[in-house]
Amino acid sequence: MGFDFDIFFEQLFSSSYLKGALLSIGVAVVSLVIATAIGFVVALGRVGKSQFGRVPAGAYVWFFRAIPALLVLLIMWNALPQILPSLRSDWYSPFVAASIGLGLVEAAFMAEIIRSALLSVDDGQPLAGRALGMKPATVMLKVTIPQAIRIALPPTTNEFIGLIKYSSLASVISLRELLTTAQVGVNITFRYAEYYSVAIIYYLVIVSVITVFQTMIERRFAWISVKPTKKRKAESVPAGGLA
Amino acid sequence: MSHASVAPVQDLTLQVKDLHKAYGGNEVLKGVEFQIAKGQVKAVLGPSGSGKSTMLRLMALLEPSDRGDILLHGERIGVNDGGRHLPERTLAVQRRDIGMVFQKFNLFPHLSAVRNVALALTAVQQVKRHTALERAHEMLERVGLSERADHFPSELSGGQQQRVAIARALVLDPDVMLFDEPTSALDPELVGEVLDVMEGLARGGMTMIVVTHEVRFARRVADEVTLFDNGVIVEQAPPEDFFDRPQHERTRRFLSHVH
Ligand SMILES: Nc1ncnc2c1ncn2[C@@H]1O[C@H](COP(=O)(O)OP(=O)(O)OP(=O)(O)O)[C@@H](O)[C@H]1O
Ligand SMILES: [Mg+2]
Repeated sequence: MGFDFDIFFEQLFSSSYLKGALLSIGVAVVSLVIATAIGFVVALGRVGKSQFGRVPAGAYVWFFRAIPALLVLLIMWNALPQILPSLRSDWYSPFVAASIGLGLVEAAFMAEIIRSALLSVDDGQPLAGRALGMKPATVMLKVTIPQAIRIALPPTTNEFIGLIKYSSLASVISLRELLTTAQVGVNITFRYAEYYSVAIIYYLVIVSVITVFQTMIERRFAWISVKPTKKRKAESVPAGGLA
Repeated sequence: MSHASVAPVQDLTLQVKDLHKAYGGNEVLKGVEFQIAKGQVKAVLGPSGSGKSTMLRLMALLEPSDRGDILLHGERIGVNDGGRHLPERTLAVQRRDIGMVFQKFNLFPHLSAVRNVALALTAVQQVKRHTALERAHEMLERVGLSERADHFPSELSGGQQQRVAIARALVLDPDVMLFDEPTSALDPELVGEVLDVMEGLARGGMTMIVVTHEVRFARRVADEVTLFDNGVIVEQAPPEDFFDRPQHERTRRFLSHVH
């Protein structure tokens, strides 16, 4: 039983794999959004002076860094609907449960990334913003956050790639994401090599696309004037040309 | 508070009375008395650690004082009627009348020169983006940097960065500008361009307090020179008197070091 390229290509372009891949990406995107939102609030609590912020924020990080993601998913899917009847309805799908569950766990890690990014912005930056008369929220929005994003981008991309892979944990709550798709196929056909190879290809493609996006976004945060392209050359005025 | 009943003095732009500040047990300001009239330029000299930057930060309402009053156009700022420090949101509004230029420029690295200047207008004065950019360009022209408008701080020399920082403070049209050793972080050959811009401002009638080690600048541009030492003001006189006929032994000793 050699490597059957017919099976390989048939699966590579099958809708079930594509659906699995999209589910994996979907869970990763939604949970990263949730994690960033919660993580930002938790990070603000941790860098703030008030104990009312520090203590609960510290507790959140402590709790969700300790609990395995798999256990959180099982709780989200099995335990929570027993406690909260409103979750026993259609909208509470494995996708929703997985996205929220992974988002809650990931928030603890994003909080640490965002906290260190906020702390690494030079003290002189908010000082300059305050000296100009900006209110605290404006200083945060216009001065601190744009600079913190640049620092947080590379570790956040790492977390995103991690989430793509972590989404396979959601197989325990019957989400047919990428890896589960492969596993189900294998269980029926026993064509291990072909089905797993397809999964590898998908993961490689996904991570490659993410890496391209990362490069594009990081270029936007390079904070240098754009290299002279044809369009810019045309509109740039020679020295003294404005006079 | 002992100075609660001060009558507004018309031409005094900024006034500091009995200003005190300590960090932990370290008493940095020990009752500073200082004032500057509209259009005046005052140079502040003094040894390192004497509290010059602290005085400026307090005047700019960036830190609360422990005791004493800061008055802008004769009105107490930074505190409410009961003498309690105002919340940060309210302080922010009062700060808009006071411009501050830092030793290390503190330009926003994520914004081009023109956007550094424009941000003060859009984020503080709610000026429309287009108008803000126009005015920012005008400001950069005044400091001789129109061609560098689209450069980011990392692409500018120290002297250029400091000129952008001056333009950024200036664009809000403050009543008084505070300079904290604006040329101390610069290579010697870049000091001149920044001092030239400041001299132009002074000639244009801007009210300025300049903490500096540049004796020649103080002599040529300042109306009065102040020696600050150990948390108090030791001597204050017009440049000729200050440099050529200092009254205090402490001033003579200080000048013997810097000359
Ligand atoms: N935020 C702070 N926390 C604790 N101590 C401080 C703080 N800011 C200033 N100090 C202390 O206050 C004293 C005066 O500092 P300041 O920066 O005002 O001096 P300076 O006259 O500006 O000196 P330099 O010429 O070196 O800039 C120093 O001993 C300094 O260590
Ligand atoms: Mg200083």
